[in-house]
Amino acid sequence: MSYPTDRKYTKEHEWIQVNGNSATVGITDYAQESLGDIVFVETPKVGAEVTAGKTFGTVESVKAVSDLFAPASGTVTEVNGELATSPEKVNKDAHGSWMVKLTLKNPSELDGLLSAADYEKFVAEEAGH
Amino acid sequence: MVEFNGWDMPVEYPATIGCGIINEHMAVRTGVGIFDVSHMGDIRLAGPQALAAVQHISMNDASRLSIGQAQYSALLYPEGTFVDDVIVHRLAEDEYLLVINAGTREKDFSWVRGNTGQFNCAVENLSDDYTQIAIQGPKGVNLLQKLTDADLSAVKFYWVTHGTVCGLKNVLMGRTGYTAEDGFEIYIPSDEETSARVWYEILDAGKEFGAVPCGLGARNTLRLEGKLPLYGHEISDTINVWEAGLDRFCKMEKREFVGKAALEKAKAAGVKRTLVGLEMTDRGIARDGYKVLDSTGGEMGYVTSGSPAPFLKKNIALAYVPVESGAIGTGLKVEIRGQGVGAVVVPTPFYKRPKKSS
Repeated sequence: MSYPTDRKYTKEHEWIQVNGNSATVGITDYAQESLGDIVFVETPKVGAEVTAGKTFGTVESVKAVSDLFAPASGTVTEVNGELATSPEKVNKDAHGSWMVKLTLKNPSELDGLLSAADYEKFVAEEAGH
Repeated sequence: MVEFNGWDMPVEYPATIGCGIINEHMAVRTGVGIFDVSHMGDIRLAGPQALAAVQHISMNDASRLSIGQAQYSALLYPEGTFVDDVIVHRLAEDEYLLVINAGTREKDFSWVRGNTGQFNCAVENLSDDYTQIAIQGPKGVNLLQKLTDADLSAVKFYWVTHGTVCGLKNVLMGRTGYTAEDGFEIYIPSDEETSARVWYEILDAGKEFGAVPCGLGARNTLRLEGKLPLYGHEISDTINVWEAGLDRFCKMEKREFVGKAALEKAKAAGVKRTLVGLEMTDRGIARDGYKVLDSTGGEMGYVTSGSPAPFLKKNIALAYVPVESGAIGTGLKVEIRGQGVGAVVVPTPFYKRPKKSS
């Protein structure tokens, strides 16, 4: 799988796509594959503050609960309501299924995140190839 | 793959072959699924006093078993709590096979050995001698019939037969399972070559029925929908038969069995907590170990097993709660990540398979 270059990635398998001072966040294809069938997505309410590296929600498969970690700090401006009724969309298209939109507090935080190429390398190592 | 009681087992099979917990679960409910359950243990009791030995350690009444018949039961401690649950099969006049949980193989064998010394019967641990494969679902009988000369239509649910399977002679086949569906469990020699050959032959014969291999994940969601207990969750060494609601498998009219006296006392004293079925009414998934809260938000019970139910498409759970909070229709809350989330007590089993005409 080659990861889209229009965004950055975290070691916790989230992606963040920036547009000026706002950003869109989701989980990667590697994450959805590892999780299996996703049955529940829990995200913060609009207006909530999220902090880079801290948990901001959960994604649940049949078997397990996984934390979502914020790739960057900011305020939640929009939440993808579709995922409340159709969480399986994340399995079908992880990179096209956004979870939250943020107004970024500190855009320089993104400098420390992984590029698509770096993330691909990271995932290959994790998968033990 | 995960470690499960000393065994390396799949949680689910790959999506690339059409698997995954949900697909595997649905295959068993609508067609057939195949499980490698060789991790289960097998203890054989044989000899002139085999029945007496079984009656002493097992709470159900094995004297009701005809040759070829099986029953669900449990081995109890003197306190009336659970050593393990078990399926007791009567294979011959004086021969019984107990099929037990993987995690309790050694404990159960020591327990059975240690509590039957006074009876004239041999107690053997056959766990490593068998590969056990479960073929579960409405099409399970159709699948297995393709591979055996035994007439499976003559085998009623919870009865066994022997026959040639995939060329292997005298294979034990039980119409039993842990999925709340019809199906069979077969016991074949445990050498790798035989086991692998038979496994693939079963999958191949099952193609026309949409058979898929199924892992631990689906095994758990299937048994949960059917309210089948899991040792360490609904039953354990700190839970008694009445609390677990397994009264109908416990024959107190038997003259004696280990645990009987304690159960009499417990019944007389009144049962304090009970196992109930919950269905989530608010958004959220109750999971193993989560607290059940009373109306003030205080802890009054706990979830023994909880998960999304793939067939029922609800989030369900089993939980221990005080008897007075266990009536069907009682609203209560489950604590999920610090928040009380609404649930209601519902009848169990959550799922019952449709009646077939035979």
